[in-house]
Amino acid sequence: MTQYETHEHDVLVIGAGGAGLRAAIEASSTGARVAVVCKSLLGKAHTVMAEGGVAAAMGNVDDRDGWTTHFADTMRGGQYLNNWRMAELHAKEAPDRVRELEAWGALFDRTRDGRILQRNFGGHKYPRLAHVGDRTGLEMIRTLQDHGIHGGIDFLMEHTVLALVPAGDRIVGAVGYEREKGRFHLYRAKAVIIATGGIGRAFRVTSNSWEYTGDGHALAYEAGADLIDMEFVQFHPTGMVWPPSVQGILVTEGVRGEGGVLRNKDGKRFMFDDIPDLYAHQTADNEEEGWRYVTGDKDARRPPELLTRDHVARCIVHEIREGRGSPHGGVYLDIAWIKEKLPDAATHIKRKLPSMHHQFIELAGVDITQEPMEVGPTTHYVMGGIRVDGDTQMASVPGLFAAGECAAGLHGANRLGGNSLSDLLVFGKRAGEYAAAFAAEHDLPAASESFVNDVLQHALAPFDRGDAAEMPYAIQRSLQETMQDLVGIVRVQAELDEAVERIGGFRERAERVGALPNREYNPGWHTALDLPNLLTVSEAVARSASDRTESRGAHFREDHPEKDPALAKHNTIVRKAADGSMHVVREPTKPIRDDLQKIIEENQ
Amino acid sequence: MPEMTFRIWRGDSSGGAFAEYRTEVTEGMVVLDAVHAIQAEQAPDLAVRWNCKAGKCGSCSAEVNGRPKLMCMSRCGDLPPGETVTIEPMKAFPLLRDLTTDVSSNFRAKMAVKPFKPRPPDAPDGTWRMDQADIDRPQEFRKCIECFLCQDVCHVLRNHEKHDSFIGPRHFVYAAALEMHPLDTENRLADLKGEQGIGYCNITKCCTKVCPEHITITDNAIIPLKERVVDEFYDPVKKLFRIFRPGNARR
Repeated sequence: MTQYETHEHDVLVIGAGGAGLRAAIEASSTGARVAVVCKSLLGKAHTVMAEGGVAAAMGNVDDRDGWTTHFADTMRGGQYLNNWRMAELHAKEAPDRVRELEAWGALFDRTRDGRILQRNFGGHKYPRLAHVGDRTGLEMIRTLQDHGIHGGIDFLMEHTVLALVPAGDRIVGAVGYEREKGRFHLYRAKAVIIATGGIGRAFRVTSNSWEYTGDGHALAYEAGADLIDMEFVQFHPTGMVWPPSVQGILVTEGVRGEGGVLRNKDGKRFMFDDIPDLYAHQTADNEEEGWRYVTGDKDARRPPELLTRDHVARCIVHEIREGRGSPHGGVYLDIAWIKEKLPDAATHIKRKLPSMHHQFIELAGVDITQEPMEVGPTTHYVMGGIRVDGDTQMASVPGLFAAGECAAGLHGANRLGGNSLSDLLVFGKRAGEYAAAFAAEHDLPAASESFVNDVLQHALAPFDRGDAAEMPYAIQRSLQETMQDLVGIVRVQAELDEAVERIGGFRERAERVGALPNREYNPGWHTALDLPNLLTVSEAVARSASDRTESRGAHFREDHPEKDPALAKHNTIVRKAADGSMHVVREPTKPIRDDLQKIIEENQ
Repeated sequence: MPEMTFRIWRGDSSGGAFAEYRTEVTEGMVVLDAVHAIQAEQAPDLAVRWNCKAGKCGSCSAEVNGRPKLMCMSRCGDLPPGETVTIEPMKAFPLLRDLTTDVSSNFRAKMAVKPFKPRPPDAPDGTWRMDQADIDRPQEFRKCIECFLCQDVCHVLRNHEKHDSFIGPRHFVYAAALEMHPLDTENRLADLKGEQGIGYCNITKCCTKVCPEHITITDNAIIPLKERVVDEFYDPVKKLFRIFRPGNARR
């Protein structure tokens, strides 16, 4: 029998990004005993990379803004596939969640009258993103971290979860290992919250860190929970493209919010050429109006660079394919041009976009106050994830909750920038609250010894095979190439079929993967253990993309380039069948409440 | 494609040695890319921390050619051409394995600093008003990514190992951000003078030099805190005041 240490809590939170920390703080505040298990050190989670801001209709900059407009913007951005109850709660509760951060010490940039400043962002009708320069995510995670450490929460850093522990129809904890010594742990808990973020490492070009291997998605799937909307993967339009080693690193949408424009190699602002009907009435039709919008003219309409991310990314790909791209296969993003408009433009840019300035100087040798950046799309976010109840965030398996990027519903077919950080706060809090309530009403059944032992034996198997077996890094790399080439921004049936078949092959190879005989901080072993998760989410994305035979939001099918009205009100559900295979089914969306439908119509 | 040689520390608390690896270096590659290439092709169990690879998370701290650096922000092209590059773990912290160290002392140090305690809200809706000019300074401190390179280079920790009686530059910056926060009402000066050991800092400014976020740690955070401690505890007028009004010894 393999040794392991046992922990016991009311609520176990997996993940210490914005959602996990907010959930833990909330659960702990009810008196529940809470543990947070996280793959990295505290404060390093991917939230730290969020740049632009957190969307909340506070109306500090434009008092016409309110929750109904935010709700309507979110639904339009998501092409109405969103879970409307989540979109409603999110729009209503985000302002309070942001103000709460201020009460915990966050220092957002200020308006002239001393309130929280808000900036423009793609798809948001009014300036709505509370921000701190372009390091909003860092401010958020540090605020939650510094507040949370005084809340009596147990933090288990550099621990990775391998499986959720079932008991009857419930989830009663998780099994995992710690990186430092490679020892195993059983985390018993009456309720479990998954807050593990996204799946970006399934692709070669990504803005996501190594942690983003879809662990939470895969854990929930293996435990019998439904995943939905997995075909919707957001490719952020602006990632770095040069030099090769930094390809994919995010360039914040805030650059465009501050007046940055996209040009092709001929200097043309190509975004004016293709403005979707849904947005035509609220988009500027000339450069001058666009500039007036970013400088706060309330009568001006937003420039086409601030259309939704899915659309901007596709326009960039189109320019590149037509041979009008930049030398390294991107397009130009130019903020330096504003010196024509502002006398102290360089100082202004450094103040508004300090980390972008720093990042380009240090990594690319480009001074963005003087020259344009080269940018191209990068895998950024997954709208799909664990299906949850809008109010409680409980998954389709009792006792299992999910919040943040790994949960699905809020964003529908495409997420608006800034709605992710607010998502973490609003639904992190709700998950914490309802998980604690669930824990208070339930006992804690014992975990099955044989289940735990099976998980541990499987985790140790790579050592028996040694490093002469398959190399985990090589399989990961091949998978990333496959997803990038066959399941990327532009999809077609034959390639999706090919991807599913290849993923099957990688799965067989992953069963033969080996590791050097050392359990202490062995990244090769860790990569081997992450691989099955990455394969599961990749298969879920490819199969869902194959099933949606239309183009909508972030999902674009070259062989079905139009929207199919028949699919407008269907979500794609992925679940594990009894025989262990992955099943994809379509399910009609829940009819929207009349008052919310009215809000959408009033905001057309 | 040119190759470069990297001398990387391999070992744990019981001992170890440098191992040499050669790998291809392409344009724009950073040291962390080279470490990853070595890990993927030659040493799958090479222990290294990293997350964002964009200088925002502060995970990949190490000593590159003896200098405390984020490996993700150190371009290979900026290193002396043709020379072997030495990569070691941070030396001010106990070694775990290879390039990873036990940085848990930092989490304990932070716990010891009294948390944020705001004044009552300024407006009936529960919100506050702050001028941008008044938060510029604490915002500078809040750029900190907790890479702990400043802790690594500080001789009080690195050479004198005073981890238990000196919280170090990172946590003085943290305390300064709180002390200079316009809404904060807590007083941390007695702690800074006492168990947090700010007196040990003799302002050699090594921390400022290595900060990847370019926070002026010594001038903007530590020296003002030292001045506040002096004002509070060593100002002769205040001292007299305290003798006659012992209950009011606060700023």
